[in-house]
Amino acid sequence: MSDASDATTAKRGPTPDDGLKVAKSGPVLAADGTPLKRSLARALRMQKMRALMLIAPLLVFVLLSFIVPIVSMLFRSVENEIVENTLPYTTEQLAQWDGTTDQLPGEPVYQALYFDMFLAAELKRHTRLGTRLNYESTGMSSLFRQSGRKLDDPGKDYRKAFQGVDDGWTDSATWLSLMTGDPSADRDTALVKAQKARLARLDDTRLPGLPEFAPSTEISELLPLTARTYTAFAVMTELVDEKDMAKAKPIESVYVALAADLAAADVTGYSGPEADRLKALAASGAATAPDFAAIFADIDKDWANVATWRTIQTHAAPYTSGYFLNAVDMRKTPEGAQAQPEDKRILVKLFIRTLIMSLIITGSCILLGYPVAWILANLPMRSANLLMILVLLPFWTSLLVRTSAWKVMLQQQGVINEVLVWLGMVNDADRLVLINNQTGTIIAMTHILLPFMILPMYSVMQTIQPSYLRAAKSLGATNWTAFWRVYFPQTVPGIGAGSILVFILSIGYYITPEIVGGTKGVFISNRIAYHISSSLNWGLAAALGTILLIVVLLLYWAYDKIVGIDNVKLG
Amino acid sequence: MTLTKTLLTTTALTVAAGAASAQEMTIVSWGGAYSKSQQNAYHEPYMEKTGVKIINDDSSNEAVAKLRAMNEAGNITWDVVDVVAADALRLCDEGLAMEIDPDEHLAAAPDGTPASEDFGDLLVGDCFIPQIVYSTTFGYRTDMVGDTPPDDICDVFDLETYPGKRSLEKRPINNMEWALLCDGVAKDDVYDVLATDEGQDQALAKLDTIKDSVIWWSAGADTPQLLADGEVVMGSTYNGRLFSVIEEQKQPVAMLWDAQVFDLDGWIIPAGLSEERKQQALDYIMFATDTQRLADQAKYISYGPARKSSAPLVGQHAELGIDMAPHMPTDPNNAKNTFLYNYEFWADYRDDIDAKFQAWLAQ
Repeated sequence: MSDASDATTAKRGPTPDDGLKVAKSGPVLAADGTPLKRSLARALRMQKMRALMLIAPLLVFVLLSFIVPIVSMLFRSVENEIVENTLPYTTEQLAQWDGTTDQLPGEPVYQALYFDMFLAAELKRHTRLGTRLNYESTGMSSLFRQSGRKLDDPGKDYRKAFQGVDDGWTDSATWLSLMTGDPSADRDTALVKAQKARLARLDDTRLPGLPEFAPSTEISELLPLTARTYTAFAVMTELVDEKDMAKAKPIESVYVALAADLAAADVTGYSGPEADRLKALAASGAATAPDFAAIFADIDKDWANVATWRTIQTHAAPYTSGYFLNAVDMRKTPEGAQAQPEDKRILVKLFIRTLIMSLIITGSCILLGYPVAWILANLPMRSANLLMILVLLPFWTSLLVRTSAWKVMLQQQGVINEVLVWLGMVNDADRLVLINNQTGTIIAMTHILLPFMILPMYSVMQTIQPSYLRAAKSLGATNWTAFWRVYFPQTVPGIGAGSILVFILSIGYYITPEIVGGTKGVFISNRIAYHISSSLNWGLAAALGTILLIVVLLLYWAYDKIVGIDNVKLG
Repeated sequence: MTLTKTLLTTTALTVAAGAASAQEMTIVSWGGAYSKSQQNAYHEPYMEKTGVKIINDDSSNEAVAKLRAMNEAGNITWDVVDVVAADALRLCDEGLAMEIDPDEHLAAAPDGTPASEDFGDLLVGDCFIPQIVYSTTFGYRTDMVGDTPPDDICDVFDLETYPGKRSLEKRPINNMEWALLCDGVAKDDVYDVLATDEGQDQALAKLDTIKDSVIWWSAGADTPQLLADGEVVMGSTYNGRLFSVIEEQKQPVAMLWDAQVFDLDGWIIPAGLSEERKQQALDYIMFATDTQRLADQAKYISYGPARKSSAPLVGQHAELGIDMAPHMPTDPNNAKNTFLYNYEFWADYRDDIDAKFQAWLAQ
């Protein structure tokens, strides 16, 4: 431990004296002879470590169960990789297309779409993209679903035609030997890696290792489209489905790819494996160049519609502002951000309504809670405890039960209306409408959130000395002046704490407005819930949630500026 | 996506419940009387036959969202899930449900008719295994409609003859169709009209005429409660709910079967189950959707079995002892004028029309 110890310390152990003795000739040392500074730092570090260890379980818990999900949820509000992941070559080709003209995209785009879509359909990913794009443009969902079903047909036609030339073309062995080439030939491993990465993104998984198959460089130069399609097929077979390439029947798109390649390439100079078959096929005329635009126009007329392509192009970027635009009643168009049509604008209205109604609810809680808290704080302990139980009782009852109880109370044939009619205060024909509107939401939520207001107020009021009020009065203040100038200012921290609690809770409320709010008393959270559980538009839900979070933080900041956050006390 | 996924996986790992063992399976359904009917008709006999323990989870109303979350976290804890056909279609689109081959995975009828024919047109989508036909239809208070009880769907829009509140579901589906029907659109043209902006406006304009007299519901139990309390004179809900108000609770309520909208409910098997659990789930499905089992369920709840071969086997209610056939939405007397929920149409138009509908509601 210490190299500064001498014979005496060894005998009786270190004392503070030793440190002082050595200090005369150098830096201040601790009892064991190490410099005091380092010793102190070590002791403090130990303490910090111990503290950290104590809070570690909570820290890890909060991090994993709270921060991580929130961050990942917020991330969804801008994340839009699905378009690029599902249609990588199409989006690449489409970037060169000018969407502002009425000209349909060219053949390369349709060709890329065919192979992208075919692979996506094999892995059942195309319908996901359809669902995603349907949020932007109605009809995309069925367009993708139905296109996926019909994509096999052109491939089957070619397979039949190839089979007519040579039976071997339906054989997996023919394909494998053609694509592998000479066993000693160079391998195009770059292509394999690229296709593996593509499939991993498409299938949204991690794929282990590399497939055994790799195309020869010669083939991938001679027949680039076929090599790409076949390699993707190999990755899918070996890594995703975990099957043997020698037994797997080539997917239909491989035949289409070969037809397209043969129409463009000259194979007469090729001499590798299956050269004869390939040359015979090229010479036979069975491999006519496919017309991809026609294939898609045949599948669905929407593919020959510029609007479909504009939608895909507009939403092709991996990160999008589209969800945030939607969240404020706007939309992303090729011409930039535009307002939604009037009859679809609802979210901004709901945000404003949520804020206003939350303020009203907070206000009613203050008005109702203040006197209750005052009584609680000023009654003798025994009766105060009894009253406290009454305040807390609803707190321990299920939220759903309390809300449903309000339904029974407030509806037109409900308790309140019946009593009023019985008393003759309300005509039977026009009973009060107290539920399924904003009134219902305000009443029910005020009741439900009241304890959150009373409790902080009560604990603050309890600490106020009654002698202050007596002193004020003895100095000549009226009851009102004594309350307003002396008592009330001291309760402001309690009101502040209660208000923040109630306001922030009510801004995110969902279940009570859903049950008693009807159409005009629902909040933005009801819309978030709809997009989470019904429409599955999680991106939009995340954007709405993010905006709500930012609004709350802004209000909190404003509160801090105006009232001061130090002025908030929970007791 | 990969980042999100990693994050979610780590989260999931910390809270992961141990995967169900082969001798246990979690079946998700709607709860209430419906789950009870499944418990009696399917679960109990299956548990007795195989010794497998079935755990019920009443999460069907949020099944789509939960399955998506489970899929992203890579930890599927459900084995068989009961969903409506529209949700099954979306789960299939999202790759969250397993594709089913009816003739391989479902039992043939006792006379040997293959399942694909026995279920017929009800096999919508590639993943959906139909179980029951239910309908969304109206019930009315017999004591609040005078001497001329409503017998036409358009009576819902007739505030003069039938004053008072109505309850309608807080979503466009069904309401838009009914509104168009009562605004002079022919039944065959409804979806063509509804696909246009003008058609959507027309439907909303028709709904506008009764907007002030509507209480909008979001839970299936709302309308029965509102009818029982006399809050509304008529209201839409699922026919099984009305059956229990009328026959079990003996409330003064009657059915208005006109223009009832048929819908389907059934099973899906989540995608991505381990081979062992998948076989288990398939075994259960094979058992629970055979002809006799589907007919048995109708003893407990008034929903029509999805197999043609089950219809003649529908008997009496297990406790009330009344004949169930006349209470089935598919009974010829009830099914004089019906409507079939258009899955493809709503899969496409749901989000668009819902935004308009909600904006209209908020006005």
